[in-house]
Amino acid sequence: MMHLLSGQLSREFLLVSRVRTDVLNPLIFLLLSVTLFALALEGRPEILRVHAPAVLWTLVLLTNMLALDGVFRRDFDDGVLEQLFLQADAPWIAILGKLIVHWLVTGFAMVVCIPLFGLALYLPAEVLPVLMLALLLGTPTITCLGAIGAALTVGLRRGGAILALLVLPLLIPVLIFGVSAVNRVMDGEPALAELYWLAALSLASITSAPFAVGSALRISLEQ
Amino acid sequence: MGPLKTLWHRLGSPRWFYGMLAPWQLGFGVAALTLLTIGTTWGLVFAPADYQQGESFRIIYVHVPTVILAQSAYMMLGVAGFVLLVWRMKMADVAMVAIVPFGIAITVLGLFTGAVWGRPTWGTWWEWTDARLVSTLILLFLYFGLYALRQAIPNAESAGRACAVLAIVGLINIPIIKYSVEWWTTLHQGSTFSVTRVSMPMQMWAPLLVNVVGMYCLFGWVITRRMRTEVLRRERDTAWVNDLFGKRL
Repeated sequence: MMHLLSGQLSREFLLVSRVRTDVLNPLIFLLLSVTLFALALEGRPEILRVHAPAVLWTLVLLTNMLALDGVFRRDFDDGVLEQLFLQADAPWIAILGKLIVHWLVTGFAMVVCIPLFGLALYLPAEVLPVLMLALLLGTPTITCLGAIGAALTVGLRRGGAILALLVLPLLIPVLIFGVSAVNRVMDGEPALAELYWLAALSLASITSAPFAVGSALRISLEQ
Repeated sequence: MGPLKTLWHRLGSPRWFYGMLAPWQLGFGVAALTLLTIGTTWGLVFAPADYQQGESFRIIYVHVPTVILAQSAYMMLGVAGFVLLVWRMKMADVAMVAIVPFGIAITVLGLFTGAVWGRPTWGTWWEWTDARLVSTLILLFLYFGLYALRQAIPNAESAGRACAVLAIVGLINIPIIKYSVEWWTTLHQGSTFSVTRVSMPMQMWAPLLVNVVGMYCLFGWVITRRMRTEVLRRERDTAWVNDLFGKRL
């Protein structure tokens, strides 16, 4: 089992290192949309600061939708997924490996970059740690639930729009708790309850999503 | 073989299913017409007006049944999805096909009547900080997702199973979504209707109960009707359907 997981992890890392744009594109898109927002709000610090948590969380959700669309596509097209389901005793371990690496290069990468975007929107520096922590706890849920949608739509020619339609309603709790955590700290209150919620949602989705993704992929492979 | 097991095997036969549903459809239809006529007339004409909201509260007799049905219908989608995935029962897929458009319609109706009620009562059509409004809107999005997914997948069998997975994931998420939107402060009045706890006077509460049961019967009628149509559509090339209608459909 661990052998399968480590094999999958090293394969995914190799793929990521070969196609670096997969990592960079979502981050550039995020930066671009932050710029759009800053310009649309005419660069006024007092407005940007108030809206920054909502803007950043919404953009993180949308950017993840774009990135998730491709999470299984290449493996689906070249037959790797089919071989996986033919050979592996527990395909969910390989799926877990894929999700871990995908989260590292999108969700975690966003956690690392978010202080820059936060500062760009004039968020006070003392809020940045809670923003990072909330993203760290929230993005695994985004990746896991998004992967279920991606697995259901991987066989479709234009799955991207549908993926967002399927998954975004399910991610509303993450948005609510994530934004609320940052706003709490901006108001000088503790945000522990929201952070605990984000963590609980992530734990629940990490433990259950690989199985749901597995059955969704199997359905997509049969069509 | 026990009677349950016999029923189970019979459910695999579209022909038997089609015939079996005919009396149910009739029964639901008659019951829905009777109950909704009684409940609506009673509620709109004979029930006393509310001492605070006046006549405008009467939309409760339309609004509450639709919203209850919007939630129940999604729950049934989740159950049907579970049955389809675990036992591969094709009739569960037929049920899902039948329920989704009804769910969309009834949720839109629930949101609309809620807005119409909200305007005179709270002075607003829509309130983003109200948990129940927002979670009903999200429910509508979940229905849209199921509808879109089925339309997008060309293979009918895969579409059914993909929708089943999505319906189950959605059903698990609904309580979390509801809780998270309740996180906001709410200006909504507390839940007005529950079977166990009567918070309204009997003369106002009884017609509401009649209409809620009537709405379930309407749901039963629409769903059995749509399921039978769907069975015919799927079986249109078989001998029994052609025999049933004399010639080709």
